Amino acid sequence: MVTTSDSGLHARLAECAYRIRRNAIRMGEVQGQGYIAQALDIADVLAVAYGHALRYRAEDPEWEGRDRFLLSNGHYAIALYAALIEAGILPEEELETYGSDDSRLPMSGMASYTPGMEMSGGSLGQGLTIAVGRCLGLKRRGSDAFVYTLFSDGELDEGAVWEGIMSASHWQLDNLIGIVDVNNQQADGPSTQVMAFEPLVDKLQAFGWFVQRIDGNDLAAVIAAFDAARAHRGACPRMIVCDTKMGSGVPFLEAREKNHFIRVEAHEWQLALQALDAGRKA
Amino acid sequence: MSTAATKPRLKTSAMIASIAGDGQATRAAPFGNALVALARERSDVVGMTADLGKYTDLHIFAQAFPERYYQMGMAEQLLMGAAAGMAHEGALPFVTTYAVFAARRAYDFIHQAIAEDNLNVKIACALPGLTTGYGPSHQAAEDLALFRAMPNLTVIDPCDAIEIEQMVPAMAAHHGPVYARLLRGNVPVVLDEYDYRFELGKAKLLRDGADVLIISSGIMTMRALEVAKTLAHDRIDVGVLHVPTIKPLDTATILREARRSGRLVVVAENHTVIGGLGEAVAAVLLSHGVTPAFRQIGLPDAFLDAGALPTLHDRYGISTQAMADTVKTWLR
Repeated sequence: MVTTSDSGLHARLAECAYRIRRNAIRMGEVQGQGYIAQALDIADVLAVAYGHALRYRAEDPEWEGRDRFLLSNGHYAIALYAALIEAGILPEEELETYGSDDSRLPMSGMASYTPGMEMSGGSLGQGLTIAVGRCLGLKRRGSDAFVYTLFSDGELDEGAVWEGIMSASHWQLDNLIGIVDVNNQQADGPSTQVMAFEPLVDKLQAFGWFVQRIDGNDLAAVIAAFDAARAHRGACPRMIVCDTKMGSGVPFLEAREKNHFIRVEAHEWQLALQALDAGRKA
Repeated sequence: MSTAATKPRLKTSAMIASIAGDGQATRAAPFGNALVALARERSDVVGMTADLGKYTDLHIFAQAFPERYYQMGMAEQLLMGAAAGMAHEGALPFVTTYAVFAARRAYDFIHQAIAEDNLNVKIACALPGLTTGYGPSHQAAEDLALFRAMPNLTVIDPCDAIEIEQMVPAMAAHHGPVYARLLRGNVPVVLDEYDYRFELGKAKLLRDGADVLIISSGIMTMRALEVAKTLAHDRIDVGVLHVPTIKPLDTATILREARRSGRLVVVAENHTVIGGLGEAVAAVLLSHGVTPAFRQIGLPDAFLDAGALPTLHDRYGISTQAMADTVKTWLR
């Protein structure tokens, strides 16, 4: 799967993750607010997805042979737009329209608005159920495309997620790769306190999934996990549990206590970009 | 022992109670058989259910096309989400469950995963309105109010076996999501007498009448036709306008018939009087300045009793006899 040397791949994807973070911060600046901390925490995963793992054609986002990437947590749209810009599916200029009237980039991700957006998320806990249907539909057609679905640890509160987890195993959906972003932060506080979901790996394994748990901000680990998920030979669905850090890459945002929905002072956007650049050089 | 011999036969409050009257002609599993016929024509048709294949006549399809049948377990949210995913990948899913579970439990999934994307998912739901005596857990008194309010969704309330057979290919021919109420098992055959042809979005005048116009959908059209025959003996001339498509509503036909002066307009529905066909028709009439004498027959704004279906239909005024009596009272 790796087309360049490991170090070359790593360097390329690190640059890709940096640009995704940068795109997201610039979009956040347009609105003065946003789910920036989540975009920063998931940037490494999206860099590996769009820079390495997914098959797609930037000029033809609906190409039948593409791997599908379903964003269940629609409030992460700013992160996915940042990745779709990096992937060449959206033009970079368009980020200045983020969240504005008549923009193709609304604040919550909707398939009907945005090229490359495969589902309308936002009502949490639906992505995995849709992914199950897409996997079944692709198998019906004899397609070998993968369906990836990204959802958040908070979505584990929703019963439908577990309906999806159980059925994916029942249907032996080896074309399904779930990615759960465990940043331990949801609207009312730490996810583990809102509703306990650990031990997550044990639960998923008991449901019959091939499960890997990684540091979602360790690029090498993310690359290895995506490769292993695709290469796994078992007739079962695959889950990558990603422990991530809210605000990753921008230390003063990482340090914020209430970072589910960040309000950033006007002068701080430039500081965030500077901090990101500093980390990149380091 | 002697009391046992004279004791009246207990009426059933079983989940699946027949809506066919004594001696009424019926046809078995019209939905299942129509879907099999459709699937022979179209390879994209798949059937999906949430542990109610046998009780929604989808088992007929499952037997004919086992490789196109998807049992999703007792999980209605998953059922609707997965149907959306299937439609995204080019399949034409016919999805079945009970109306209560689609309307109440999976509403958000139908709204977001299916309707917002205008996906080609056809949802056919058994036990509509008051067609089971099993109590409020299974009585779908509010489904039309909820689904009428959902953008992109077409809503159908068919009357009998003939209509269901014709509705299935019409649902497939329409692009977009459809919710249809489903009568399952031995379903009455009524409309064969009226030279009827189902057309999506069209209301049909089945019978003309000078004194009363009953506007109805679903099984209430069957009742309205019986009421018309009953009241003819009292020299009351009752017309029946059947409105199987609740949304989009055939406002032109409704206005044309309601404008004819001097008739009492009665809307009859197997649904709560809140938010269903009655209020929809009232809004159409009033907003076009058409103001006939207007009455509603429907289920009360209440959690309904459990019991035998004929008892409940009498109690809530939607049996043929109760309707006929009510209409006569209004004419006095």
